[in-house]
Amino acid sequence: MRPIGSKSEKWGLVAAALLMVVVLPSLNAFTAEGSFLHVSNFSINLYGKYLCYAILAISVDLLWGYTGMLSLGQALFFTLGGYMMGMYLMRMIGNLGQYHQPIPDFLVFLGWRTLPTFWKPFSSFPFAILMAFVLPGALAAIFGFLAFRSRIRGVYFSILTQALTYAACLLFFRNSLLLGGNNGFTDFKFVLGHDLRLPATQRGLYIATALALVLVYLACRWLSRTKFGLVQQAIRDSENRVLFSGYAAGYYKLFVFVLCALIASLGGILYVPQVGIINPSEMGTDKSLEAVVWVAVGGRGTLIGPVIGAVFINVLKSWSTRAYPDMWLLILGTLFILVTVFMPKGIVGLPEQLRSLYRRLRPKTAPAPVIASESKPEMAKNK
Amino acid sequence: MKLAPTLLVWLLTVGVFVGCFSARGDATPDAAIRQKLVQTILSEGPEQQKLLNELAESGAKIVHDVLTAWVREGVYLYDSPDGSKVPILLDDQLDGEGKARAIRIIDGQFVQDASGKEIRFAAADLTNAETDMRLRSSIQQSMDTLALAAANPEERNSAVLKLGNSQKPRYIPILQARLAKETNVAVRRSLDEAIALLQLADSDPKVEIAAVQHLAQLKSIGSLANIESLMNKAGCPRDVVNACHSAARVIENHISFVNFTGTIFHGLSLGSILLVVALGLAITFGLMGIINMAHGEMIAVGAYTCYVVQNIFGSGFGFSITLPFSFGGKMIHFGLHLPGFNATGLWYESYFLFAIPLSFIMAALAGLAIERTVIRFLYRRPLESLLATWGISLVMQQLFRMVFGANNVQVNSPSWLLGHFSINDVSFDYNRVFVIAFAIAIVIGTWLLLTKTPLGLLIRAVMQNRAMASSLGVRTARVNMLTFAFGSGLAGLAGAFLSQIGNVGPSLGQTYIVDSFMTVVLGGVGSIVGTVCSAFGIGTFDEVLQQTTGSPVTGKIVVLVAIILFLQWKPGGLFASRSRSLD
Repeated sequence: MRPIGSKSEKWGLVAAALLMVVVLPSLNAFTAEGSFLHVSNFSINLYGKYLCYAILAISVDLLWGYTGMLSLGQALFFTLGGYMMGMYLMRMIGNLGQYHQPIPDFLVFLGWRTLPTFWKPFSSFPFAILMAFVLPGALAAIFGFLAFRSRIRGVYFSILTQALTYAACLLFFRNSLLLGGNNGFTDFKFVLGHDLRLPATQRGLYIATALALVLVYLACRWLSRTKFGLVQQAIRDSENRVLFSGYAAGYYKLFVFVLCALIASLGGILYVPQVGIINPSEMGTDKSLEAVVWVAVGGRGTLIGPVIGAVFINVLKSWSTRAYPDMWLLILGTLFILVTVFMPKGIVGLPEQLRSLYRRLRPKTAPAPVIASESKPEMAKNK
Repeated sequence: MKLAPTLLVWLLTVGVFVGCFSARGDATPDAAIRQKLVQTILSEGPEQQKLLNELAESGAKIVHDVLTAWVREGVYLYDSPDGSKVPILLDDQLDGEGKARAIRIIDGQFVQDASGKEIRFAAADLTNAETDMRLRSSIQQSMDTLALAAANPEERNSAVLKLGNSQKPRYIPILQARLAKETNVAVRRSLDEAIALLQLADSDPKVEIAAVQHLAQLKSIGSLANIESLMNKAGCPRDVVNACHSAARVIENHISFVNFTGTIFHGLSLGSILLVVALGLAITFGLMGIINMAHGEMIAVGAYTCYVVQNIFGSGFGFSITLPFSFGGKMIHFGLHLPGFNATGLWYESYFLFAIPLSFIMAALAGLAIERTVIRFLYRRPLESLLATWGISLVMQQLFRMVFGANNVQVNSPSWLLGHFSINDVSFDYNRVFVIAFAIAIVIGTWLLLTKTPLGLLIRAVMQNRAMASSLGVRTARVNMLTFAFGSGLAGLAGAFLSQIGNVGPSLGQTYIVDSFMTVVLGGVGSIVGTVCSAFGIGTFDEVLQQTTGSPVTGKIVVLVAIILFLQWKPGGLFASRSRSLD
């Protein structure tokens, strides 16, 4: 894997960040509607959603691509963050709901007169945000502690995270949890006093998302270059060697797991006000797997790969669900099979793969040692 | 009733009829009963009473019908051209003038005139066979006894229960008379219970106590309410109340025993379903290390195979798909139509027997195709096999939707899987019993295959050490292929099975995939015994939790959390395979 440190790549990243954070929202705000350069409100909203997914994808990749733990439960943390934000947004509806009561509509529907106690503090934005990090973080810490303590790894870790997500999903579908049951939360009106239906609010949320993505990206990039990051990647390549070298691999993994839960939750917090709905189906096992697909398609073990993958697949999804609604699952499934089997490094690894293919097709100049040295880490990783 | 002299004429008429019928050789039991019915209607006084009692013993349906009509004044007397009176019933269907055809009770034929044309009557124009209070009550009594004499033991049983719950002590002699004659064990028990139940209303406390004690001895669940109401009745003697108390305690214990046994049985059958579903996974995941997320779709293949076989036995099966894009200006269609046998009855019911092996074969073929095209590239990368097979699962789900539609399809259970039997008040459904038997059978089959056949030896060798087996000359690629096909085939069998107890739809497999992975992980990967134990364990635990918490979802959540915690204690599952190799 080539280090992402060359000058041209650095500038490329800066350019991409500027495009996301400054250029696109400016084009939305300052160009006339119908102009060639105009980015519609709808698109800004859509891009905001994609970038939230990109944040989720980075969290999956930090676990899977960098630490070798394939978590099938990241959507759970994403949705938990979203639910906490959703609770705040529900409180902000005030009595503008259908029943014109000071409590959320679904609670009225369930026969509640006053607000349940645990809902009360969620009227405060800082509290909701705090809970959006504390709750997923605590869940990840408890689950991770138990799992890593008994050295559950590899496939078993994946299956257990999936089971955890499934259990949580079943739980959130219940009305008695008082979190909206099947329908979840929707019909949000205000965030921090701004009307969510105004384009300016949506633009602000988009900019916040893009900034968050850039920050998460930079933080992960920094982390992966510290000594911590090196140990983390060593765990991926051979956990036993790391253990025998005297590192408490379990705590490294626990830290990464909790960190990734927090990142995923951040994605969820930004996702809910932009999409305007959150319900338990978002934490279904298929959603987590879908996030893994983005990473695999983009290229795992790199930080830019998940972002590319998340955006690419979701653009493809938006297009194909409109053009060929029946075919979307076929396309996604087939793409996934092909990528897994033939492109283990994803889109990011594609140029490298083509280059080595090109070298192999010209046997005279093909230097055998290069291929050998390249395939080695791959073998170790996939052990 | 008519005057006495005419009685002679009627008897003569009957005599003529009897002569008539015996001459035609129609003296079947049914014909004899019909004659007796006519005789009864035309007779009078003690004679009639005697005939009614005799009729009651016959248990025939026609007697019930005619007596019901008689009580409701629906039996008419028709003056036939030869001067005799013929008892008739009127058909239900009225014509435009409010007239209906008349049915002769004697032979069930329509009354015709000389030219052979059916004569129609209006009810108002006919005289009905008269009844008085005393006659009606004795007819009613005959009808009660009549149901007790029905040929079918189940009908007898329900008649007994009805009388037992009537709280009318006057039925006691009837029931006792029946008990003396009854041979069927179940009906005898019901009669016993019904008599005791009726005796609860007796005025003599001694009889009451005896009845209560007898009911307790019988552990009669149905009598609990009656016993309790007797106990709470004002002015009930002290010793009766005491007897009631102890009887209620005995019966309540019995009820909790029945519920407990029922829960365990349901748990076992749920466990069997899990076992059947997870066994294929125990092979592909446990032995081969392939995480087959498309395992659920293999189950669906089996279930849909059942559906197709059922339709082929019926009216045929067909589908057509139109691709959403055009090719050279033409829409692309493809489809298939399989003609059906239009089988009925037993032949149609037997479709399931053909569907079972076919679902194994179809799922095994699908597994074979997947193994050859995708999975063989991924043996060294188990985590990625998870992703690729998830892709396969998405594709297959969509294909099911395109071929079979997005809605659930109807798979009919053969009638021999419906119904239930009960032992000691615990009811056992046939299909649940079948699941358990089926699960045991395929576990034994799998075990035999793995341990007693050359193929099983090769499978185990390859799974233990692929490189070593390969260097000893085992064609590992081939063994992998066959193992994966076998595992998929088992999933197909599970699907055939699930089609009988649940809905068959495109996302059928998704319902079971998490559960079956958990079953395999809990049991210990690579251990068939472990899978069996964990399947039954999870099934029973889940069912017990569902009963105690009263909500299926809570039970499921608790089970999942319990499994996660259990793996803290034994990370390798119930039966961890020991190995010296690291990773």
